[in-house]
Amino acid sequence: MADIISEYEDMLPPKIIEGIRNNIPKGISDTKLKKIMEAVHLEYKNARVTPGEAVGLIAAESIGEPGTQMTLNTFHFAGVAEMNVTLGLPRIIEILDGRKELDNPMMEIYLKKPYASGKNINDLKNLALQIKETKLRDIATEFTINIADFTIDVKLDREKMKALELTNGKVIDAISKQIKGHNIKDNKESLTLKARSKEDTFNDAYKTKEKIKAVTIKGIKGVSQVLPVKREDEFIIITAGSNLADVLQLEEVDAYRTTTNNIFEIEQVLGIEAARQAIINEIFKVIESQGLNVDVRHIMLVADTMCVSGTLKGITRYGVVSEKSSVLARASFETPIKHIINAALVGEVDNLNSVVENVMVNQPVPIGTGLPSLTVKPAKEKEK
Amino acid sequence: MAEVYLNSKFLGSVENPIEFVQKMREERRKGAITENLNVFYNERANEIQIESSKGRARRPLIVVKDGVPLLTERHLKQLEKNEISWSDLAKQGIIEYLDAAEEENAVVAFFESDLTPEHTHLEITPLAMLGYCTSLVPYGNFNQSTRLNAGSKNQKQALGFYASNFAVRMDMDVNLIQYPQLPVVNTIMHEISDYGKHPAGQNIVVAIMSYKGYNMEDAIILNRGSIERGLGRSTYFRPAVAEELRYAGGLIDEICIPDKDVKGYKTEKDYRFLEDDGIIYPEAKVREGDVVIGKTSPPRFLSSMEEYSLAASTRRESSVNLKHGEEGIVDFILLTENEEGNKLIQVRMRDERLPELGDKFTSRHGQKGVVGLIVPQSDMPFSASGIIPDLIFSPHGIPSRMTIAHLIEMIAGKVGALAGRYINGTTFDAEPEERLRKELLSLGFRESGAETMYNGQTGEQYRAKIFVGNMYYLKLKHMVANKIHSRARGPIQLLTRQPTEGRAKEGGLRLGEMEKDTFVAHGASLLLKERFDSDRTVVPVCESCGVIAIKDNYRNKSYCPVCGENVEIHDIEISYAFKLMLDEFKSLGIYPKLQLESKY
Repeated sequence: MADIISEYEDMLPPKIIEGIRNNIPKGISDTKLKKIMEAVHLEYKNARVTPGEAVGLIAAESIGEPGTQMTLNTFHFAGVAEMNVTLGLPRIIEILDGRKELDNPMMEIYLKKPYASGKNINDLKNLALQIKETKLRDIATEFTINIADFTIDVKLDREKMKALELTNGKVIDAISKQIKGHNIKDNKESLTLKARSKEDTFNDAYKTKEKIKAVTIKGIKGVSQVLPVKREDEFIIITAGSNLADVLQLEEVDAYRTTTNNIFEIEQVLGIEAARQAIINEIFKVIESQGLNVDVRHIMLVADTMCVSGTLKGITRYGVVSEKSSVLARASFETPIKHIINAALVGEVDNLNSVVENVMVNQPVPIGTGLPSLTVKPAKEKEK
Repeated sequence: MAEVYLNSKFLGSVENPIEFVQKMREERRKGAITENLNVFYNERANEIQIESSKGRARRPLIVVKDGVPLLTERHLKQLEKNEISWSDLAKQGIIEYLDAAEEENAVVAFFESDLTPEHTHLEITPLAMLGYCTSLVPYGNFNQSTRLNAGSKNQKQALGFYASNFAVRMDMDVNLIQYPQLPVVNTIMHEISDYGKHPAGQNIVVAIMSYKGYNMEDAIILNRGSIERGLGRSTYFRPAVAEELRYAGGLIDEICIPDKDVKGYKTEKDYRFLEDDGIIYPEAKVREGDVVIGKTSPPRFLSSMEEYSLAASTRRESSVNLKHGEEGIVDFILLTENEEGNKLIQVRMRDERLPELGDKFTSRHGQKGVVGLIVPQSDMPFSASGIIPDLIFSPHGIPSRMTIAHLIEMIAGKVGALAGRYINGTTFDAEPEERLRKELLSLGFRESGAETMYNGQTGEQYRAKIFVGNMYYLKLKHMVANKIHSRARGPIQLLTRQPTEGRAKEGGLRLGEMEKDTFVAHGASLLLKERFDSDRTVVPVCESCGVIAIKDNYRNKSYCPVCGENVEIHDIEISYAFKLMLDEFKSLGIYPKLQLESKY
């Protein structure tokens, strides 16, 4: 029995084979099983996309047409608090362009056992506060420059520091780690920074004053807001601002499920395959939220195109389109002059292998019925 | 302390703004300061805005003091007797004009019965808040506001009796309805605006039912009998203008029947309507291509060579003729002179337009639709009393649009037609619906307005009662005759050799980028090629240098401009647009080399 099924292992996807294994009745006769396998194989073959099908264009149409029904520029507030999420068309454009900087980067941090259950709400809150980035400007009340000796005075807010469990020593440590070349004096209520080099001018002092305001004292860089939320029956932390690499370092975090909406970051941290899946998930989320119905496979194709090269490429003239081999196809997308002049400079050859070029010269496009051609091997005359 | 601004310019400040504003208004009502002034106290910003600039929209209201309007019965009687006028009331401060800003400070009562001591003003009539066109919608307060907007917009597009001296006017591109009527259900605005002098529609019998699905999606069905009796019949006037222009060198256009040796002479047949003066005669039936005004112009360029040659005297043909798809009857001809003293000929052609499939009609409630079917009178449904509707309107047009006034107008129109009187349907001040229904009952009809109807083709009684009534319908200026267009072969553009664009140029309908995509998505590769074959060209290409060669049909020889005659030259089929692009590359100094390869 196993033989008959394993015979088809190269011809059918593993999921289908497994499905058959789990569902056939025990003690089925070999002839019956063979018949089943043949029927499944035939169905599978018929379900495949036929050669020459314009899958890309159909995907484009299938995503583009419902896109016209999307409410333009909708911004929703996701549930509680003032957490902003880009949804709708702007978000789709953001994903497809492969942007590195998002309008509203967000993370969903899943937690390990004791935290996820939410039994100890205070622990959860503390963890959230640990993740949230605290900058020096958040705990300082005043930054002043002493004009006489170019030192910088930072007045600290004791109460805020207490709430965040910060001591002067921790603050000094954090500053000295991120701003080099300064001596820091602890005056209890304030800190005084003095440059080690004697040639410092007022201008330099001013620059460091601005710089230290943004020094991260506590938490994870880039995470500007945290929000513990109950999702189904566990607690997760939603953040505004994203820093996947650093969050995954935390012990309390479930690294398997924690995710961000910044696809570029996913590619950097988890690799291109994860990025591909993230694109699919994110686009599908938007389309679903708009109440539209698009087959995932169209989105998968788009995600594949963005990721085939091994790095994340947006569907822009700098990304996927720049990879096209045909000059005419590239020129017909955006900035035609740039492409034609560059092609002329190096003497590029366009083999007219794809659709757009052939439409331009009015030849049958190599797709659908225009794809198959006849190959004839002419007999050599000498052999006659 | 409040700041005071006059026409947005800072003037100064006052201690007590409320008192100041009140005083200003009192002085204005007294006539001590101009009544063209409006004062607005912005409490939030604590500033007073005084406006006297032009271009503010203002509207009149009756002034109210301590809950009592200043306008009394005495004034009304005086008005009736013509002892005083509207402007007297305004001068006395009984009526005043408020702009949008001052209205913010006013408390305006809708009706006199609503007045309380807080009110500062009273509406003269609630109708005053509507514009002219919107006031013409009967029972407008029963409609959704968007429908009221649409209804008044539609009325502006209705064909009507636009000027009583139309017969001697040389209006260009106008329509005139032939049997216009006053609406049976009217509003006070019809009276005020003398609507009877420029009516725009007709009172017809409307049934709300479906008829074989030909009134789906807002279509309407017309009774052919009604059309034959003059429903929706209109005349379209089309102009033709010619001027004897003067050119440099004392040359001048000449209006005449062109000589046969004139450059661009059409055919004798085209000039057949012209009389000796080169102008067409009235009542001539003209069709496309026919010349209406014959004209010749002097040759365009007089080079030194041509001045002496014989051909130089050849004049150009520049007659005015009917364009593609146009036809009509010459109606009126005017010979005159323009400001420059040039001879000017204007010819007006008329074209009778009977309602046809696709013409647009509307009621006054934004219920527009196009004609979907014209049914012979014998096939139309008829009521028990033998009434045959002129128009069948789809019931699906009612629920989502909620034009209740449309239904009330039908009942009101029915009552009006049966009782032989006009019904006042003024918005907010109309004859009440209940009274109409009662009257309808007393006239021997069902209170609901529904009637038993019979299938016109089989004579069977319809199971449902059909709602029938009389309405005022308008024919809109969008008629198929002005829009119908098709093309198989036709003119092409000079530059790209692609079909021209637009109906006037007998153009094609573009198969655009997205339409192209649908062909690709179907994999219909060869069909796509065929569609785009409109600018297909065959060009010779030199095999060695890949540049378009020259084919000399006279010597039956091909040669390459670069490589000469002793090279392989092959004909290829490409789109002319592509050839054009290659040429443009060349002009940019880019060498587009074609590498030929056998397709097979």
